[in-house]
Amino acid sequence: MTPAIRETLSTALTLLVFSVVGAGLLSGAYTLTRPAIEASELAEKLALIAQTLPPGSFDNDLVGDARPLPVDALLGLKRPGLSYVARKAGNTTAVVLEAAAPDGYAGEIRLLVGIHADGRIAGVRVTAHRETPGLGDTIEIAKNRWITQFDGHSLGDTPDKDWQVRKDGGRFDYMAGATITPRAVVKATHKALQYFAAHRDELLQGTQP
Amino acid sequence: MMFSQEARDIIYNGLWKQNPGIIQLLGLCPLLAISNNVVNALSLGLATTLVMAVASGSVAVIRNVIPHEIRIPAFVLIIAALVTVVELAMHAWMHALYIVLGVFIPLITTNCIVLARVEAFASKRSTAHSMLDATMMGLGLTGVLVALGGMREIVGKGTLFSGIDLALGPMAKGWVIPVIPDYQGLLIAILPPGAFIGLGLLIALRNVLQERGN
Repeated sequence: MTPAIRETLSTALTLLVFSVVGAGLLSGAYTLTRPAIEASELAEKLALIAQTLPPGSFDNDLVGDARPLPVDALLGLKRPGLSYVARKAGNTTAVVLEAAAPDGYAGEIRLLVGIHADGRIAGVRVTAHRETPGLGDTIEIAKNRWITQFDGHSLGDTPDKDWQVRKDGGRFDYMAGATITPRAVVKATHKALQYFAAHRDELLQGTQP
Repeated sequence: MMFSQEARDIIYNGLWKQNPGIIQLLGLCPLLAISNNVVNALSLGLATTLVMAVASGSVAVIRNVIPHEIRIPAFVLIIAALVTVVELAMHAWMHALYIVLGVFIPLITTNCIVLARVEAFASKRSTAHSMLDATMMGLGLTGVLVALGGMREIVGKGTLFSGIDLALGPMAKGWVIPVIPDYQGLLIAILPPGAFIGLGLLIALRNVLQERGN
């Protein structure tokens, strides 16, 4: 073995030892943090879904009972989403649909739309968006109450032409300086209701035997 | 004085004379991106400081074992592993803050100030001095981040410490200070241009102070 080869080998071995120690450190940290990470992700998801439903309106495992939603133009999702059925003492009270507004000011706005079994909106929440901070982000519940104005509306008591922002002749407020964002959210919420109306029985049945 | 002259020089260099944020201008990407409020700035600054201190300490311990030719890959490996551990820990125990800081936690790996201190200092000096140097450089960067975050938050939103509940839990929600009540906000301070303007002002201020001193 020439000295050059020996030196190369020892250098490679040193780096290998570093890699093994690094990998060991990472797998240890991963194992240690995994339960806490899974718990906090589940809690975050549950908290968000629960916000779209009246408090105390369900006693089932929302995430565990989730059902797949197909890609449908009315839901605006690019990939199959999920629907969460809310039950109280075995009776279905509401369903929460994942939906998206594809025409936000800066791309897609992802929504959770909670709908009572009778077709009224229980609550809408934005789960992800890239709208302008300070203008379009008033659709977040953390920043503004705007998103709560959908509560209680249904296809029955709010005719199709009213599902628009006031500027366009509808009945929903919008923010000065940002019309595109609320317009997209109003439209997506309206469409989600239409999807619910078209598939009401399947959605409400969920996993109920 | 409990510190040696050398230790005092290290502290002075890190915090002021060679400050990474306003003198060396290293690590500007997270500096500009995450300084839109004090809480984000402080959290990322402290996470970076922690990574720097541990990375410099580890490198100083093994500095005589690492062959010269492969020192950079070895350093990067150490830094990347440490950053991933910090990222996992934040994800597990400071979930809300993890969401806010997002990609800038893993990007601590590529923050050149970390590798710069490891290569320029820790690979040649004692473990204690290396950790002190990294901590002081990290705190120097954190100081600039917090100053910039404070400026941008006050001018942009009229508050201080908004979002502190993300770092310390819901009980901290009432700690937000409304510096200017009923303030409408100045959006440009929050948006990226505000970061450049703010950093420029900080550098100018530092230069004025420096000239006065001479």
